Amino acid sequence: MSDVSLTVNGRKVSASVEDRTLLVHFLRENLGLTGTHVGCDTSQCGACVVHVDGKAVKSCTMLAAQASGSTVVTIEGLADGADLHPVQAAFKENHGLQCGFCTPGMIMSATDMINRHPQGLDEATVRAELEGNICRCTGYHNIVKAILAASEEMSKAGKGKAKKAA
Amino acid sequence: MGIEGIGARVARKEDKRFITGNGRYVDDMVVPGMKHAAFVRSPHAHAEIKKIDVSRAKAMPGVIDVLTGKELKADGIGNLICGWMIHSKDGTPMKMGAWSPLAFDRVRYVGDAVVIVVADTKGQARDAAEAVEVTYKEKKAVTEAVAALKKGAPQLHPEADSNLIYDWEIGDAKATDAAIASAAHVTTMKIVNNRLVPNAMEPRAALGHYDKGEDHYTCWTTSQNPHVARLVMSAFYNVAPENKLRVIAPDVGGGFGSKIFIYPEELVCLWASKKTGVPVKWVADRTESFLTDAHGRDHYSEVQMAFDKDNRITGFKVDTVANLGAYMSLFSSSVPTYLYATLLSGQYNIPAIHANVRAVYTNTAPVDAYRGAGRPEATYLVERTMETAARELGVSPAELRRKNFVTQFPHQTPVIMCYDAGDYAASLDAAMKEANYADFPARKAAAAKKGLLRGIGMSCYIEACGIAPSAAVGSLGAGVGLWESAEVRVNAVGTVEVLTGSHSHGQGHETTFAQLVSDRFGVPIDSVSIVHGDTDKVQMGMGTYGSRSGAVGMSAIVKALDKVEAKAKKIAAHLMEADEGDIVIENGALKVAGTDKTVPWFQMALAAYTAHNLPSGMEPGLKEGAFYDPSNFTFPAGCYICEVEIDPDTGVTKIIQFVAADDFGNVINPMIVEGQVHGGIAQGVGQALLEGAHYDASGQLLTASYMDYTMPRADDLPSFKVSTSNTPCPGNPLGIKGCGEAGAIGSPPAVINAITDALGIADLTMPATPQKVWAAAQAVKH
Repeated sequence: MSDVSLTVNGRKVSASVEDRTLLVHFLRENLGLTGTHVGCDTSQCGACVVHVDGKAVKSCTMLAAQASGSTVVTIEGLADGADLHPVQAAFKENHGLQCGFCTPGMIMSATDMINRHPQGLDEATVRAELEGNICRCTGYHNIVKAILAASEEMSKAGKGKAKKAA
Repeated sequence: MGIEGIGARVARKEDKRFITGNGRYVDDMVVPGMKHAAFVRSPHAHAEIKKIDVSRAKAMPGVIDVLTGKELKADGIGNLICGWMIHSKDGTPMKMGAWSPLAFDRVRYVGDAVVIVVADTKGQARDAAEAVEVTYKEKKAVTEAVAALKKGAPQLHPEADSNLIYDWEIGDAKATDAAIASAAHVTTMKIVNNRLVPNAMEPRAALGHYDKGEDHYTCWTTSQNPHVARLVMSAFYNVAPENKLRVIAPDVGGGFGSKIFIYPEELVCLWASKKTGVPVKWVADRTESFLTDAHGRDHYSEVQMAFDKDNRITGFKVDTVANLGAYMSLFSSSVPTYLYATLLSGQYNIPAIHANVRAVYTNTAPVDAYRGAGRPEATYLVERTMETAARELGVSPAELRRKNFVTQFPHQTPVIMCYDAGDYAASLDAAMKEANYADFPARKAAAAKKGLLRGIGMSCYIEACGIAPSAAVGSLGAGVGLWESAEVRVNAVGTVEVLTGSHSHGQGHETTFAQLVSDRFGVPIDSVSIVHGDTDKVQMGMGTYGSRSGAVGMSAIVKALDKVEAKAKKIAAHLMEADEGDIVIENGALKVAGTDKTVPWFQMALAAYTAHNLPSGMEPGLKEGAFYDPSNFTFPAGCYICEVEIDPDTGVTKIIQFVAADDFGNVINPMIVEGQVHGGIAQGVGQALLEGAHYDASGQLLTASYMDYTMPRADDLPSFKVSTSNTPCPGNPLGIKGCGEAGAIGSPPAVINAITDALGIADLTMPATPQKVWAAAQAVKH
C-alpha cells in the first residue's frame, strides 16, 4: 500500500491506496470525482486528462503515488464557482460536445493548450495538438471552433497566462 | 418560431452537466454494497471447452463468487436471440445458432464470455479471472465470410450447414438479367465494405442489482433503448417479468448502433447479483470493447450495372456475402437485407434491380447495426459503380447522375421503398457550387506542378430513416413494432415534463424536444424537462437508432402536445367565457383572438389542477400521452463532394475540402443537425481512410486497441462545409426526415471516388491507408 497526499481542486486529501492505483481511479473511486473518464486504457483517448501541477496529464498513465505531493485540478475544479471557465463556455456556445464522454478531457487539454500558446492559436495547431484526444461524435469541427474561440476570449481577457498556475 | 422554438439555433441544455464533469454514466453509479465483475473470455477463435476449474480463483483475496455458463443454464436463463426473422429464398427460416450468455461447451470467437468473477474490487476480480483455468481443445477457425461458405471450411453451428444463415433475395432476377443482356454498356465491380468497430468513447458497462426484499431487479446499462432491453430480457432471457425489472440507461457516452443490442454482460450481471446477493458492476476496458461490441459492415459484393445507349440505367444486379460473425446479434439479420438491399436504387430511376444476399457465420465478433446499418453498404455500391460507369462511358460523373435522378414523387422503386419527396438536383447543384467544382481542373494542374495528385469525387446518397411503420416491418420479419411513445405533463405552475421512449446519447434531445414545447406553448425551454432512459419513469418506448428520434420520437410528442393544447384551450375558453375555437396561444398566454382577453399559461395550468372552475364534466389535471406509428420511412438524401491531394512519395492522402449538401426535411435545431453531419462524416472518412477491423487467420483480432485501430483524430480531418436544402417530409407532422446517419452513409464513396480519381485507378479497397495509396501510386507510375 502507498500513502498518498495531494491537493485536488484546492482541497488537501490523503489516503492509503494499493500501489497499483492509477491517479484516475483514485480521483474517481476514492474522491468520487467521476467527471474524469476512462476511455481506452492505453493513453490514447485523453478522456482522463487532468492538470497536475499546471500541466495536462493523462491520469490513466500516472500512479496515484506518483502524484503524491502534487496539485491536481480536474474538470470539476475548473470553473470559478458558478462562472464557467472560458473553455467550458466556448464548448457549450460552439456545440463542441455531443455525448459528453470525451468532453472533460478535451476541455482540460484545450485549457492547457491555450495556456501554452498565450500568443494565440490557429486551426492547424489546434488540430495537431489534439492528437492525444479522441472524440467519436463531433468530427472535431466544433471542438476546434470552440478552442479557437476560447483562445481568443482568453487572450482578450488576459487570462491565458493567469490560468497557467491552475 | 420563438427564439427557442422550431428552427432556432439554441445552445444545448444538457451541456452544463457535461462541461462541468457532472454527467452521470453507468460507471459513475455507486450502489451500497456494490461489487465488481470481470469476465473470463475465450482466447481462442474456435474451441471446445473441456474443463473449467474455478477453485483457485474462488480462493483469491476479495472474491465473492465465480460463476459459469452451466449454472446460468441451470437457472433457466435463456440464450441470446436475433429479433428479426429472415427467410431464405427457398422459404426456410434463418438458421439461428445457440448463443449462451456464458459459453459452456464451445467458444466461437476471441472474447466469447465464459466465466464471471465477482470480487470486492475491480482489481481483485481481474486477478481472480486470471486464475480461472479453462481447458480448451482448439478447432480450426474461419474469419472471412466468402471462405466460410467454401466446402471444408470449419463449421460453427450445427444449425447452419456450410455456415450459411440465410440465402435471401429481393427484386426481379429475370428482368435484371434481361436488362444486363441487352445493355449498351455494363459496369462490373467487385467491392469490399470493410469491417469497422463502432468505438463509442464510453465503453459498455452494466450494473445489476437484485433487491431480495422486493424480489426486484434494477439494471443500469449503456443502452440506446432501455425499454427494448427490458422487453427482451424479460420475454426471452427469463431474467424477471417486466414489472420486476427496471432498466436505466443514464447518460450514455455515444452508441452509433453498438448499444442497441442486448449483450451477455448485462444479463449475466443481473443474474450474478441474485446469485451472490450483492449489486454487481462490470465496465468494459477498451480491448474488451473491441473484441465484443458488435462490429459493423463487412460485406463482399459483386455488382453489374446496365446502361442503355443514352446512358440511362436499365438494371442493377448485386450479389453480396455478409459476415455476421460468430452469433446472430439482436438485429443483425435485418442489416444486410431490409436495411440494405431496399436502398440499392439510390437516387436513380432503375427499372430492374435484383440483389442476392448470403449471411454467413465466421469466428469473429458478432456484426450488427453500426451508424447507417446497411445503407452505407448500399450507397457505397451504388455510388462507386456510378463513378466507375461515368469513367468508362467517358461522361461527367455529375451529369451521369443527374440524367438518372428520380425527379417525380412519390417514386416506387423495384425494391420495396416508395420515396415520398426530394430534390436531388438541388443538393447536387448546391454541393458543386460550394466545392467550386468547375475550377477543379485548375487546382489539379496547380497541384501537379508540385508533384501532388489531386482528385475529386462525389456521392449522391439516399437513405431510409424513421424506422418504421410497425405493420410493414412486422410483415418483413421484425419481432417488435417500431412506433414511439410520449407523455406530456403540464405541472400546476405551468412547467412541462416530456416523457419519451427515445434515448439521447449525444443527440441533444433535452434541447430539441424542449424546443417543440416552447414553440407550441411559448414557454422557455428551461421550463421544460425531458425525461428518458428509465423504464420506471417512461412506460414504453423503442429507443434511438436509425435516425428515428426526430421523425418518430418527436412525432409522438407532437401528438401528445396536440391533446394538451386542445384541453388547455377548453380550460382557457371556460375561464374567459369564450368559444374554444377562438383561443390562440401566443407568447406564453392563451388569448381570445381579436380581443384583449388573455389568461397566462401558468394560470390555465393552475386552474387545471385546482379544479375549482373547470368546464362541466372535465377531469382535473393536464397530462396526455400518445403513441405514434409512422406511415412510411423517411428519405433523407444529399450530395457529398470530397477533394483530396495525395503525395505519391508518402501515400498520405490529405482532404482538401469536404462539402455536404443534405436534404433532411424540416430542421428543429440547425446547430445540432450540423453537429450530427460533422460526426457522421468523420466516421465515414474514418472508414474510407483509416479504420478497419483486422483478424489474422487464426481469428485473433489484430486491431484491438487504439494503438492498432486507427481512429480519426483532429488532424486527419478538415473543417467541413455543410449546408441543407430541404424538402419537407410529407409523412410526419413536423416534416422531418432525420440526420443522424447521413454523414456516415454518404462520405465513404465520395472519398474513394476522389482517391481513385487522383490516382487514375479503378478501385482501392478501404481503408485507403498511406501504404495502399503509396503502392497504388507507384504501380501507376511504373
